[in-house]
Amino acid sequence: MELFTYEFMQRALIAALFTGLAAPAIGTYLVQRRMALMGDGIGHVAVTGVALGLLTGTSPTWTAVVVAILGAVAMELVRERGHTNGDVALALLFYGGLAGGVLLTGLGGQSAARLQEYLFGAITTISLGDILVTMVLAAVVVLCAVGLAPQLFAIAHDQEFARVAGLRVRAYNLLVAVLAAVTVTVAMRTVGLLLVSALMVVPVATAQQLSRTFRTTLAAAMVLGTAASVGGLTLSALVSGSATVAPGPAIVLLSLAGFLATWPVGAWLRHRARLRAPFVELDPADHLETDPHPHDHGPACGHVAVEHGDHVDYVHDGHRHAVHGRHYDEH
Amino acid sequence: MSTSPTTTDDPELPVRLEGGAVALGGRPVLRHVDLTVRTGDFLALMGANGSGKSTLVRALTGLLPLTAGRLRVFGHAPEELADRDRIGFVPQRSGAGSGVPASVWEVVASGRLTRRRLLRPLSRADRAAIHDALEVVGLAGRSRESISQLSGGQQQRVLIARALAGQPDLFFLDEPTAGVDLPNQVALAEALGRLKDRGATIVLVAHELGPLAPLVTRAVVMRDGRVAYDGAPLGDHEVHDATFGEPHAHHHHDHPSTTGHRGGHDHTPHVAAPLERG
Repeated sequence: MELFTYEFMQRALIAALFTGLAAPAIGTYLVQRRMALMGDGIGHVAVTGVALGLLTGTSPTWTAVVVAILGAVAMELVRERGHTNGDVALALLFYGGLAGGVLLTGLGGQSAARLQEYLFGAITTISLGDILVTMVLAAVVVLCAVGLAPQLFAIAHDQEFARVAGLRVRAYNLLVAVLAAVTVTVAMRTVGLLLVSALMVVPVATAQQLSRTFRTTLAAAMVLGTAASVGGLTLSALVSGSATVAPGPAIVLLSLAGFLATWPVGAWLRHRARLRAPFVELDPADHLETDPHPHDHGPACGHVAVEHGDHVDYVHDGHRHAVHGRHYDEH
Repeated sequence: MSTSPTTTDDPELPVRLEGGAVALGGRPVLRHVDLTVRTGDFLALMGANGSGKSTLVRALTGLLPLTAGRLRVFGHAPEELADRDRIGFVPQRSGAGSGVPASVWEVVASGRLTRRRLLRPLSRADRAAIHDALEVVGLAGRSRESISQLSGGQQQRVLIARALAGQPDLFFLDEPTAGVDLPNQVALAEALGRLKDRGATIVLVAHELGPLAPLVTRAVVMRDGRVAYDGAPLGDHEVHDATFGEPHAHHHHDHPSTTGHRGGHDHTPHVAAPLERG
């Protein structure tokens, strides 16, 4: 494990850890608002910001932060208006941002390879200054996402209720947009602008396969995101002797593998919940006894037991059998 | 009922709306609406689809701005009402849930936000209020379940519990019985009955009252954006009758718009702004 004694590797691990925590934290709120692709849109806009930095010779990180925040606020305002088609507005920003970035990079005489560091991540070349910025910004994102969870949850769940309750809905919505933009630029060096949305969304999708509450979804997504980013980086470092594996794609694919592993479990749980959902509390129209019934139903008989008003129906072969005295009724 | 502007606003009067008008997308929807809600009222806002009853409730909660008129809720304009915890709002149940699972407890807990400070964990009083709210709607045993696993009527009761968790004095409910089956409507009526016994003031929008009918102490019928009737409760069939059952009832109200209405059914197709849900 001498690899981990290199300073560049330690820096990369710190960056991966902080990105893995912050991206799913804010991503949970984006998924809750059904805006899973917003991170992707901001990422595309940030490309222009990076190119602007390269062109003017200032730090691409800071120009990306500024442009990404402007783009995210613009998207939020478009969404708030609600009149124009939000999808189309997002698409315009996507392609405008990407095309603008590539054009500006060319104008500045920079090679495409320089831009590629930001598009797909270059976590092992991260500088000491960048690592400090990453840590501070990621910490701010995590603190806001966790500390303001009750408010952000209420607004994303029911905006009108939140407004009547006196929350400053617009300010919180803009805060989410700004935090998402900050996260995108934080994750830019880790997984790259084109893959950043994956780290914001995939851990959340994995977490909600198994959880029933918002809190556990948020917490599990942050754990899964950290595991994927640290794990992906480690994997790519371990095989670096025999093959060239870029850390960014490795992190995203590991995260997706986690989703694929939990999806069947989630699908089975949902199927089971549907089977066991209570029947409507109405008494059957007439009293209908079953044919002679050799089997005794009970908690351990193996048939699905479904709540039905004040009793339980046992479901088998398309029938619903309810205990009635010494026989069973068809319900 | 005097419509002259009063210089002092009674901070204990739940709602006083004078000459209220609301426009949706530039089209005038509510015009010249006067409405006073007194402490302890159980008021049913009724009327046909598109008559403006939901718009009126959304204006009273401050969600829609008035284009004319004057609104005081507990003596304050809605935007400057500092003690938001005196109002509980139960919006129409939206069809689509959110993208992330949420438990019944978490949804009801968000009703405490009117009383919580930033960055503070739930206090013991918060937890007690949330638990009490779930008891009132009869869902205390299901607080850990995901809200998407509940039926429509149970989800509606969760929204009532959320408003109740803030321990407000005045409740606004927008179509609480819409799309709810009869057993759940009965459970809903029981929960609202308990609120009424605690002295809450309740304003609810309803197309049909069903099991809520015995609770209602006052009915306001909207027609085409104006108050067409304000008085004793009406049966469901009387609401859509232009004479509001007056041949049978002995009450007679001197509200200007009840005397001004024309006889006969109003079958004119209503043109509503796209955002209005009636």
